[in-house]
Amino acid sequence: MNIKHHLDEATLVSYAAGSMSQAMALVVACHISMCSSCRQRIHQTEMIGGMLLENLEPADISESALEQVLACIDEAPEIEESVAAAPIFDSAPLENGADRISDLPAPLADYIGGSLDQVEWSRIVPGVYYHDLPCKTERGGVSRLMRIAPGKAMLPHSHDGNELTLILKGSFSDEIGRFTAGDIADLDSEIEHQPLVDSDEDCICLIATDAPLKFSTLLGKLVQPMTGF
Amino acid sequence: METKPPGDDVENIVAIPQQEMKNNWSDLLVQLAERRDKQIYIAIFRHFAPKIKAYIARLGLVESTAEELMQETMLAVWRKAHMYNRSKAAASTWIYTLARNLSIDWMRKQKYPEYGLEAWHEEPDEERNSGEDEVTADRLQKAISQLPEKQAQVIYMSFFEGRSHTDISDRLGIPLGSVKSRLRLASEKLKMIWRDDV
Ligand SMILES: [Zn+2]
Repeated sequence: MNIKHHLDEATLVSYAAGSMSQAMALVVACHISMCSSCRQRIHQTEMIGGMLLENLEPADISESALEQVLACIDEAPEIEESVAAAPIFDSAPLENGADRISDLPAPLADYIGGSLDQVEWSRIVPGVYYHDLPCKTERGGVSRLMRIAPGKAMLPHSHDGNELTLILKGSFSDEIGRFTAGDIADLDSEIEHQPLVDSDEDCICLIATDAPLKFSTLLGKLVQPMTGF
Repeated sequence: METKPPGDDVENIVAIPQQEMKNNWSDLLVQLAERRDKQIYIAIFRHFAPKIKAYIARLGLVESTAEELMQETMLAVWRKAHMYNRSKAAASTWIYTLARNLSIDWMRKQKYPEYGLEAWHEEPDEERNSGEDEVTADRLQKAISQLPEKQAQVIYMSFFEGRSHTDISDRLGIPLGSVKSRLRLASEKLKMIWRDDV
């Protein structure tokens, strides 16, 4: 997968620290499972957590703690089965008409099942659809899938917080560049942008924010195609 | 040029691994997976359990919960040891992520999105040195102590208080962009210790 747009270092720290909302963490986990270079980076960032743990002043633990844990082990000594390795995300169509392993990064599949084809979309305006995910957000942010038809654009918008957009299918372009499957737009409030879908197929992205978009609180205004007005 | 007395090498070969084993938690964890040996587990428990509890307590959880989650984390160490891949992470890193995920799951009643086991199981990329946790623990401590205070602060607020960028921004009364640039700078400096072989 030819990924050009990656996670911001500050976003990786937040994910490694476990200090971002569920909604944001889902987008990060999805990009990481698609992107070997960010996977490399997150291992190192998590090492910071490991080292911080190692350097902590030990706390007093209950005297019977070890006994209790050993008792649990004796009670149920069986080890946890390795879950079969999740299929690696691959958006390329397979040859010989074989079934594609998955068109979804594994962390997202936990929420919506095996395929993007199964998603139930709600329409905002013609050509623009959304599907809200059950992830917890921070400060009125969103956690959702968007499906936008070719040629549609979103109104320029900005936000008070962070916004993560992961492209799962199709592509869009904005002031920053062109984003295709696997790319992540990792933006904060300093950036105002106006993404335009420039693929032949619908563009499907996974979005999380940690604040409402600046222009509105109404769902219908979250993504307002220029042509829809 | 070999002037060592005979037998000296043999002694070294025997002596060095023993000394390393004393502290090499990553190797011990691999052995735990292979041998399911309670003595190894107890050694790991004694070392990590009090630190795990300290970590969880810092996230703001009450003592009894921290104790409970620490025990759950240590139980997970036993049950998931076979999933540990030492070419991907030091023992302390792997145990940290177990403690982090269990704590977050408990606090949010929702499972922390993980990037999947393939990340731990895929073909090993460039091997890191064994014993990296021991080698770098001192270096990390040094690196952290050398961070400008403002950068160390946002690292601690992220890892130990679980605060998001916006939360830190509110707490410190600084713009979101400043929080992120401090985190970026801090993280890049800390990561230098794994690149820098000197
Ligand atoms: Zn990436």
